[in-house]
Amino acid sequence: MAKRIDVSGLTAYYSAHKAIEDISMTVEPRSVTAFIGPSGCGKSTFLRTLNRMHEVTPGGRVEGKVLLDDEDLYGHGIDPVSVRREVGMVFQRPNPFPTMSIFDNVAAGLRLNGSYKKTELQDVVEKSLKGANLWNEVKDRLNKPGSGLSGGQQQRLCIARAIAVEPNVLLMDEPCSALDPISTLAIEDLIGELKERFTIVIVTHNMQQAARVSDRTAFFNLSAVGQPGKLIEIDDTERIFSNPSVQATEDYISGRFG
Amino acid sequence: MDITTKNTQAPPPTEPPTATEQKRAARGATRPGDRIFLGLSRGSGILLLAIMAAIAVFLTYRASLAISKDEANFLTTFEWNATALPPKFGIAVLAFGTVVSSIIAMVIAVPIAVAIALFLTHYAPRRLSGPIAYVIDLLAAVPSIVYGLWGALILVPNMVGLFGWLDTYLGWTGIFSWEGGAPRSMLTVGILLAIMILPIVTNVSREVFRQAPQMIEEAALALGATRWEVIRMAVLPFGRSGVISASMLGLGRALGETMAVATVLSPTFDIQTSLLDPGGGTFAQNIASKFGEATEQGRDALIASGLVLFVITLLVNGAARAIIARRKEYSGANA
Amino acid sequence: MSNAVIKRPSTLQGARLPKWSPYAIAAGSAAVAIGVGLAAGLDSRIQWGLIAAILFVGGSYVIAARVEGTRQAKDRLATSLVWVAFLLAVIPLVSLVWVTVARGVKVLDVYFLTHSMGVVADTEPGGGIYAAILGSLEQVGLATLIGAPIGVLTAIYLVEYGRGNLSRAITFFVDVMTGIPSIVAGLFILSLMLMLDLEPFGFAGSLALAILMMPVVVRSTEEMLKLVPNELREASLALGIPKWRTILKVVLPTSIGGITTGIMLAIARIAGETAPVLLLVWGNPFINSNPFEGAQASLPLYIYQQYANSAGSGAAYDRAWAASLTLIAFVMILNLGARGIARWKAPKTGR
Repeated sequence: MAKRIDVSGLTAYYSAHKAIEDISMTVEPRSVTAFIGPSGCGKSTFLRTLNRMHEVTPGGRVEGKVLLDDEDLYGHGIDPVSVRREVGMVFQRPNPFPTMSIFDNVAAGLRLNGSYKKTELQDVVEKSLKGANLWNEVKDRLNKPGSGLSGGQQQRLCIARAIAVEPNVLLMDEPCSALDPISTLAIEDLIGELKERFTIVIVTHNMQQAARVSDRTAFFNLSAVGQPGKLIEIDDTERIFSNPSVQATEDYISGRFG
Repeated sequence: MDITTKNTQAPPPTEPPTATEQKRAARGATRPGDRIFLGLSRGSGILLLAIMAAIAVFLTYRASLAISKDEANFLTTFEWNATALPPKFGIAVLAFGTVVSSIIAMVIAVPIAVAIALFLTHYAPRRLSGPIAYVIDLLAAVPSIVYGLWGALILVPNMVGLFGWLDTYLGWTGIFSWEGGAPRSMLTVGILLAIMILPIVTNVSREVFRQAPQMIEEAALALGATRWEVIRMAVLPFGRSGVISASMLGLGRALGETMAVATVLSPTFDIQTSLLDPGGGTFAQNIASKFGEATEQGRDALIASGLVLFVITLLVNGAARAIIARRKEYSGANA
Repeated sequence: MSNAVIKRPSTLQGARLPKWSPYAIAAGSAAVAIGVGLAAGLDSRIQWGLIAAILFVGGSYVIAARVEGTRQAKDRLATSLVWVAFLLAVIPLVSLVWVTVARGVKVLDVYFLTHSMGVVADTEPGGGIYAAILGSLEQVGLATLIGAPIGVLTAIYLVEYGRGNLSRAITFFVDVMTGIPSIVAGLFILSLMLMLDLEPFGFAGSLALAILMMPVVVRSTEEMLKLVPNELREASLALGIPKWRTILKVVLPTSIGGITTGIMLAIARIAGETAPVLLLVWGNPFINSNPFEGAQASLPLYIYQQYANSAGSGAAYDRAWAASLTLIAFVMILNLGARGIARWKAPKTGR
């Protein structure tokens, strides 16, 4: 299920502005890779290039290659819609479809792709909600609107919605930044479980979080405001936080900058 | 209405202050400048209420004069001889024509307006959508008499082909049969009204669609939805009540439109089963056409029909406002 | 989670139609439509267009369904329907503007603007719209003098003072008033005139127009006043400036651009109203510069009367188009001016 991501020479633009420049890295399957770095360094932009969401922003375009196993996401004839089915995404703020029930939210991605039998749907919804550690909390109110849940529950609902379509990769854009500490802990535990099945990439502002959940960490930085963000280094999380090879990384992690 | 009449009896500055106003007075309304200014602005508001009340009262009064003399049933009679002795007139034909022409206008305008609104918010290249929205704003400002002139001199002659086609293929339904008269019929009126309300329905719908939360649209996209699926999952559910109220605002305009109907329709005082044959009439058109020759009694009868139109538009607009208000609460609860 | 439940294509590479395919399908449908039109001898271009549109919508759906699958086909169907709807709506609107300009310029000249109909028969060429312009300016001007201050003051009351039942009632009835058909406003003034036994005169029309104007001004002014940040009011009040002077010297100057815009848009709206003027002012081929006595002419009414009383005479239609062009020009200048002021003054509120 989980696939490897190979990025080479990736540059992304907002109209004329270059947001990130010449990024190359490999993301291993069944692992958690965290992106850290100061605000505006392009880590979220980079994340969004991995499922072709960047080009949804007006003026957004991308140069370079993103290989999912052996297939280039930006290659000729690739359908961005099918890319997004293979590479799921969880956003900064929980965004369940407010007009749909909890059940329909989880089933939304499946329903897009053709007809399922009701029992099949129920199975998948239950599995996904269990997978997101939400089943016990919502099993009695599957038909209630998703917007009635707490923030942390909503975010786990969004995770359940993303994993219901069995993507190869799960991208998370600061999934805990809008949540309280207890909900954050629940999500972090969940990430630990999900990495058994998915390739996970997570953007975070919280360095402790990166240290807790990730196997590998990538540090992004920009030389000045208005300059494009660059990948400074990527390594095992342990090494990044104990003995980074680049001085800028150490400065950032030890709080001397940023 | 009670509040209104009470307030108009008391001159604004000497009105007994409520509890909150007394509190405010303690702070600073004791200055003459403040008192005068508050009086002026509150007086304007009360004047506005008084005007609304007066419209209702005077129209009802004149209408009651007319209806009391009416020898026929005001609601069901197919006749308008208000100046005859004894006067006989009823609004059945007008109510029918007003409703039919407005329904035609809605059926044509609302889907197209929604499509254009989606075009502007989700399909058109950004460079194009700004100027187009601007032009639509301007078109909403074109006076109705100009639409009327265009309808009568340009649209009507161009309807012949369509009418012939409808008669040939759908004539058997009875609704679309055509005896070959000038195409100054309810269908033409409906089409013209549709063109006229298109800008306003489009504008309001566009605003609503633009406010559909970006987050939710991205959620749908990230699940692998096509553009149309995003619209169905994340835009239309938000826009539904907004589109309904936009349509009601358009309906309100269509119901009360006078000049465009008066120029295009060739009125008769009966109900045509076919939408293609000329005839029928609407409240507003009938008032404009009959007014010139009417005596005082005839004018009172027209005022009575105007009162009915007034009530209908109040109901439609009230419903639109209620839907908008509910939408506000709804979006607030989810914010 | 078993793989069997989810059946997904093994590749990301869905079969895609090339980028130029919509254009190709459009060109193809147009060609077929022309062919069908010529073969069947359909003489209406509108029919040709409709056939092309239907072919395009249906064709892109079928082709996409074959090559890309039904989901993509539905997406393309929606896209082509949206485009067709847009083009469909553009046709009458472009035609309206085009015809008004093309026919309007025929007789529109200085003579037309500076002379009135007088004794010129409706079927004869000649005459002009001087009396109509004069009447419209007077009626609309008087209506603005009444409607704008009342509207602005009411908005000030609602935003700066209004709490409780009175302001709720005003807010509600302003909404209701926005929806009054113009002919009903005309009938209201008419009922007053019937009781006072008055003959038609310009000012009666002004009163009806003022009623139509007030709610529009209230709404737009309210919006603008709400944009003024509360800090400004508090800063002024904290300096010991009385509330009414705060409103006059701080709140109104900050929002004056937006308020002016709102009033100009409201003027543009009432300047084109015909129905109340028809009932209350009657129209007059001769110049009557006194709005308080006797029937007056009015520009929108002039258009209607040239159309309705001319028994199909080309000269009268020409005058109607020329008057329409004048009216549209007037309304558009007001609109563009209003938007210009709005843009020019807008940054002050710090948005």
